Formats: sequence, structure tokens, C-alpha cells
Amino acid sequence: MLVTTSVNSREHTRDVEPRMLLVHFLRDELGLTGTHWGCDTSNCGTCVVLMDGEPVKSCTVLAATAEGHEIRTVEGLAAGGVLDPVQQGFTEMHGLQCGFCTSGMMLTARALLDRNPNPTDAEIREAISGQICRCTGYATIVRSIRWAADHAERPAAP
Amino acid sequence: MSANGDRPIGFGRLTRKEDPRFIRGQGHFVDDVQLPGMLHGAVLRSPVAHARIVSIDASAALQHPKVHAVITGRDLETRGLAWMQTISADSQAVLATDKVRFQGQEVAFVVADDRYSARDALELIDVDYELLPAIVDPRRALDPDAPLIRDDKPGQTDNRIFDWESGDRAATDRVFACADVVVEQDLVFPRSHPAPMETCGAVAQFDQVSGKLTVWCTTQAPHAHRTVYAFLTGLPEHKIRVISPDVGGGFGNKVPVYPGYVCAIIAAIDTGRPVKWMEDRSENLMSTAFARDYAMRGAIAATGEGEILAVRVDVIADHGAFNATAQPTNYPAGFFHVFTGSYDIEAAHCHVRGVYTNKAPGGVAYACSFRIAEAVYLVERMVDCLACELGVDPAELRLANLIRADQFPYECKTGWVYDSGDYERTLRKALELADYDELRREQAAVRARGELMGIGVGFFTEAVGAGPRKHMNILGLGMNDGAALRVHPTGKAQLSISVQTQGQGHETTFAQIVAEELGIPPEDIDVVHGDTDVTPYGLGTYGSRSTPVSGAATALVARKVRDRARIVAAAMLEASPDDLEWEKGRWRVKGDPEKGATIQEIAMAARGSVELPAGVEGGLDAETVYDPPNLTFPYGAYICVVDIDPGTAKVRIRRFIAVDDCGTRINPMIIEGQVHGGLTDGVGIALMEQIAFDADGNCLGGSLMDYLIPTALEVPDWETDFTVTPSPHHPIGAKGIGESATVGSPPTIVNAVCDALRPFGVRHVDMPCTPSRVWHAMTEGMASTK
Repeated sequence: MLVTTSVNSREHTRDVEPRMLLVHFLRDELGLTGTHWGCDTSNCGTCVVLMDGEPVKSCTVLAATAEGHEIRTVEGLAAGGVLDPVQQGFTEMHGLQCGFCTSGMMLTARALLDRNPNPTDAEIREAISGQICRCTGYATIVRSIRWAADHAERPAAP
Repeated sequence: MSANGDRPIGFGRLTRKEDPRFIRGQGHFVDDVQLPGMLHGAVLRSPVAHARIVSIDASAALQHPKVHAVITGRDLETRGLAWMQTISADSQAVLATDKVRFQGQEVAFVVADDRYSARDALELIDVDYELLPAIVDPRRALDPDAPLIRDDKPGQTDNRIFDWESGDRAATDRVFACADVVVEQDLVFPRSHPAPMETCGAVAQFDQVSGKLTVWCTTQAPHAHRTVYAFLTGLPEHKIRVISPDVGGGFGNKVPVYPGYVCAIIAAIDTGRPVKWMEDRSENLMSTAFARDYAMRGAIAATGEGEILAVRVDVIADHGAFNATAQPTNYPAGFFHVFTGSYDIEAAHCHVRGVYTNKAPGGVAYACSFRIAEAVYLVERMVDCLACELGVDPAELRLANLIRADQFPYECKTGWVYDSGDYERTLRKALELADYDELRREQAAVRARGELMGIGVGFFTEAVGAGPRKHMNILGLGMNDGAALRVHPTGKAQLSISVQTQGQGHETTFAQIVAEELGIPPEDIDVVHGDTDVTPYGLGTYGSRSTPVSGAATALVARKVRDRARIVAAAMLEASPDDLEWEKGRWRVKGDPEKGATIQEIAMAARGSVELPAGVEGGLDAETVYDPPNLTFPYGAYICVVDIDPGTAKVRIRRFIAVDDCGTRINPMIIEGQVHGGLTDGVGIALMEQIAFDADGNCLGGSLMDYLIPTALEVPDWETDFTVTPSPHHPIGAKGIGESATVGSPPTIVNAVCDALRPFGVRHVDMPCTPSRVWHAMTEGMASTK
């Protein structure tokens, strides 16, 4: 079936099986491999993307379901070559190690800060609690998102 | 420092060189590899734990329009490929021929146009199984009437893998016989799983003209894998290239060679097209390297005054259906025999029996440092049980028995020589940070109100950096690492190392080592790793060995470059090399500090026309292979504070204080990250994670809905600090930090849980200390104290 979805503000149409998952649509059809896949059960959150600004697990969304919605992936976080403060925060505060959960974590952080620009640490932990990181122990992820909240207005260095 | 802004030229906090690609979604993991004409493989797995294969009918699958091939054990058998050698030199089925021996074992491999079709075709394969009784409990495996699991092995008449001892049994028995106090305790270190966020997989490509095989693989040990593939396939080793691209976490899970990798290679050779195989999460949890599964009976002997005299332990080690543990040859139980821990005692003895069961193979994984996790758990729990018996404070008991600073280098009773340490200083620092005395006062006060607050103390000594080739090898491969450093004419450099990163930050840390030695800024140094065609041979990243072994190789190869640079500088400055002295980044003339040459100037001259002394080659390139003289022994003191809800028995970690000593610190930011990650592993292992089985051998932990991993809500904001006691034999004094916290935290947390439950008369709760287990311990304790 033909599926048309807007990803990072660009429309894409592909002929895919009705059962195709959004995560595979993004990765295999569009080549956007920054979105990862880590479990079969919606537990790990490495596949999180934003659908109309809200985090969704793209392993639990059919590509066909995404039609008519705006999808934002990690490749769409930086604007015009300028990093999102969340991306900068993850580097500054060592919010990533192997980098596999990072895309999903950053997108959830973006959605959180969009609705709550100055979250408490408890709110940050709650926001990312549907996602697993095996490397960092989460404290530096919390600090990274806090850094982004504290630097929301500052233009990112090139 | 100011010469490089606030970025250190050498050791210090430095944001990571690998981050820019990951934060942009530009990392390159195995599943991101896309090749023209690539096919997709999927593995058919056994639904049962133990059964004879009567027949396999793949005809319907072969009829599927998108299927290119179905490979079974029979197909491989005719080519001598049905079995492979494990890294413990046992045999393991690539695809089952005679029997399946654990649920999830590989039975057939389907190759199709896309990943969905490959999965569809698995449903079309009909396998007829004749069920056999399964052995799940390792203690049952040695019963005389137990079914024989490995009837494929000539001469194998029972389920025993090895029977191994270390220490002095007679001396230990003598000490125990005369001791004032003896405490015994059964402890189970349950089966857990590293579950890296990226599952295991490979892409194999075979060039039929050149005969070259390229394998992109989720491996922590690309060079060792290359050699194993050469042994296995018969392809010449120079025609095999293993690329370990970005790897989404390893933790030991990605050390072994898995049947799926081998099947992808065979399918690529057979079909002439690249083949990708990526396992799913259930396959990862059910079939790849698990960790621990040690059933231990520990005993500790002491004087009435609290002097620890001896420790002994008897272990049944469950290795699953094939012995596939990573172990350095002479030690079938890995490094378990450092179980005397951090204490100066008179005698020790361990007896470990490895057994086959109808469970997935593995045992050494999950940041255990070759089973030091089990060893530390044993001794730290036994010390707490002793403290309980004696009615003394567990911190005081440790302070009284720790190896003293003046005893290093210290040879423990099982023969390990600890390189350096000042244990008391580290423990006192942790107690001070925790405000331990105040915590104990608070505990007394809240206990009076019926609240369950626990304070756990733990101390650990790690042994990492395997290893000296006179003692250690894997499949005959010495555990040494190489490093090659090329300094380009403009003073920029490229370092090639034999270990690779799964998140540890090698591209940053190793650049910092070169920067420290040569004064070249880290951003001017590219670190190349994870590709056997362009890096020196070495055994890989696991057991916290990268900094102790490859880090040493890196420092030494940089020093070789520095020595050559001295000769070149002498020629440039028309001085004798002996008259030059080194200041970071520059050779200068002694007594005339204005006269000198920077490493960048020297690099240009080395490739230029400066006349060099006879016998001195141009350029500044160098290579080295490092054979460590000993392991390094990082250590730490941990304190955990828990609160247990008396209504639900749920354990909440309120505080965790970790003071680590990993010797010289290269990048404190990365070290802290390694510690945080390990502490989180510890929370999972101690409270949540278990790969359990039912009586028929069905895996009950086969998804992340059943195998619970900590999220941000289960862990506290870590409190970390450090002491620095450099390793005397490591070129820069660094000891390694990758697994310290995973090793040290589980007993600390269980000690805290048991401490909280003391009012119920509870001495021990096995991991994972789930609400259900804690509740049972409380109710049983209440019943018995009535």
C-alpha cells in the first residue's frame, strides 16, 4: 500500500506492506538510521520519535498509522546546522556512552522541554522512565536535560 | 592547559570525540549497514529445552517466493560446519543436528529478501521433536540418574564440565577447626543477562573473485573473532576482515561467537550476496551469553574478637548446554579465586564444579571481570553475615581486617599479587561522605517507629587487565594488545588500537593518553579501532582490560615516538640527544630553554630533509605490543542506604555512595560515567533482574516485560568520589574502571536490604530482592522469632 508521511517536515511516499512498522519505514525505506530498534515489547524506547510533538515508540506504530501525522526524528533535531540545546546538553554532561538509546532520550527530552521548559529532576526522570539506558545510570541524562533547560535561549556554538 | 582553551592536552575532563555523530543520529551500527543486493537471515529456534530432532521439513519454506535458502544442521554436517569451538574450547552446535539442548537453540537459518519474509518463512518449517526430560536445577545435574545432556561428546558420561580447586584445602580446614566463630551461608548469584540495548547481529559479505570475507559484527573482540572464523571456515585469515562498527553496548554479551554470525557467513558464501542477521530481543535474552548462575555454599571463620581467619566456598556453576564462557584457559572458573577479596586472612579454599544444564550457554558476561562479581558477592556477604553473628558494625569489622597499605604488593592466599592499595583510606572516605555514624543514629531512631531503613557497606578488589601471556590465553591466543601511532608531517596523529569501544569512549581516552605523552592536542589525534584490516592484533574490550592493556600499549608507543623525536630534535638543534630535556610537547636544550623544537616542528623535520644520524629512520611512526607483567587491582568502598516499605516490601534505594580507586585518572567525566552505569547494573542485579526457568526449562525472562531493567525511577542520584593509588607496573599508573561498580554494588545493596530486615531476624535474602522475596523473608522471620 502507498503510505505518505511527513518526516522532519518533508513528505515521503513509499509502497510498503500494511504491517510495516514505523521504525522500519524510517530506517529501511527512508534511510533514517538514527532511530534504533531494541526490543519487541515497547519497553526499551530506543525507537522513540515524535509524532505531532509527542513521543511515540515507533516499533508500536504502523507506518500506515503515521500517515497524515508529522514525524520528527533525531535527524530533525538540529535546525539549519545549529544543534538543539538538548543535543549540546548530552555532549556537555556526558549523557551518552554507546549512543544507542540517545536518539530516543533526546526526543523525549525535546518534547518535555516544549511543554515544561523548566522541569524538576523528578519530572525529568518521570519523562524518560519509559526508556532504558544500559550505560549511563541516568544521572548524566538528567543533568543533560537540565543543561538544555538552562541553555534554552543561548544560540548553539557552530 | 591555557594553550588549548579549557580543553586539556592530556588527562582531565574532556567532552567526547565520539559524541557529535551520535547526537546527530549519525552513528553507524551493524543494523545500519545496507549493501546492494543484501539478503536477510532469521534463525528458527527450539521451542523446548531438551528434545531429540526426529525430522526437519523445510520444503514449504523453500516454496516461499522471497526465500533464497534454508540451512539446517544436516546441511552443515556434510561440510563439517555443524559444530564450532567455543571460547572455552568446548563444542557448540551451530545448528542442531541430533538434539536441541536449550529452549531457543538454533535449529535452522532462513535467508530471504527482507526481514519480514525471513520471519514468515520460519513459520513454514516443520520440526518433529521427541521430548526428553530437561535438567534445570544445576544441583540436579550431578545426580547419578540425571539425563545425559552432552551425549554428542565421546567419553562424556555425566553432566560435569570441570571440577576445579584453588587455595589450600587442608590448611583451611585446620583454621576452621580451631576458629572461635564459623558462619556458613548458602548464596545464589542468579542468572542475569547483560541485555545491551543493541542486540547481536552481523552482516557478512563474500567477494567470490578475491575470496575475501568481510563481516560487520556486534563484537567486542574483532581480532579474536577473525581468528575463530578462520579456524571455523577454513578461509585464510588474511582473507577475513572483521569490522566492529559502533556497538550499542556490550557488557560481555558480545564476546562470544554466536551461531547466527556463522550462519550469516555461510549464507553469504553460499548465495554470493551479502546477508544480514539481527536477532530480536527475545533471541538475545534467551540464547546469548548470560551471566553468573553460581550456587555457592560459603563459610567464614574468625576469632571471637572479629579477626577474620579463613574463607571457603563450594560452588555449583551452571554453564548451560555448552561451555561457552570466556575464561583465560587455566582458570575454568575465571578469576573467581580472588574470592578472599580485600582482607588479610590466613587460609582460603574454593571448589567449583561446572555443570551442563538445559539452559542457554554462557556464564561470564555482564561486566563481571571474569567472575570477580561472584567472588566479591561471596566474600562481602560472608563478612556481613559474620558481623551479624558477632554483633559488630560491618564497617568496623571491615576496617579491622582490610589489607593494610604497607602490605602491598600483597599476595593473597590463592596466589594473586595485588599491585597497590590504601583500602582503609578509601573506606574511611566513603564513611565520611555518607556521614555513617549519623545514618546509624537515624536508623536506630526510625527502627523504634517500625520503619525499615538499611545501611549496606561493601568493599571490593577487582583484578583486571588480562593478561600476562605466561598465565593467560584464550584458545591459545595470548591476551596482549598492540598499538600503532603515526605522526603526520603537520603534527597531527593517528593512533590504531586493537581494542574497540562499545561506549567506553576510547576515541577520547586514548587520544588523551597520546596527548599526555606527546603534547599533541587530543583533537589532533584520531583513534582508529574496530577494523581488523587497519588495526594491530589484540584480544578485545572486556574484563575492564582496555586501559590496563591497550592503554599501556598506547602510552608506550607514544614514548617510542617521543624517543625518536628526541633524536630528530637533536639533529634539528645541532645538539646531542643527551643534552635535550622534555617538556610536554617540546624537546628543549638543557640550560637554554628558549632553544627547542615542538613535536609538530619535529614531525615535519622527521619527514623533511634534516640529516639524521646513521641507522635512524625518518618519520615518527611506531608500533608496539604490550604484554602486561601483572593484572591491575582497582578497588572501592561503597555504601548504600535503602528504605523498605513495610506494607509492600518494596526496596527503595535512597542513597548510594561510591568511592572508587582506579589509579591514575585519564578522563574523570568518563570514569564517573562508567561508575554510574555499573551502579545501575548493580541495582538491576540486586533487586530486579533474573533469567528464570520453569521446571521444563522454559525461559521466563525472555522479554523486557519479564526481565526487568532499572529505569530512571529505580535509581538514585549517585554520589561518587575517588582516591588515587596508581598501579606501580602500568606505564601511566591507570588500573581500569569499566566493571568496578557492577562488581562492587550488588553485595552492598543486599547488605543494605538484610540490614533493614535485621529486626525480623533475617540474615540473608537471595537476589533479586524483589518485593515478593523480601516479603517472604519478613514473614518467615516474624514467624521464627515469635
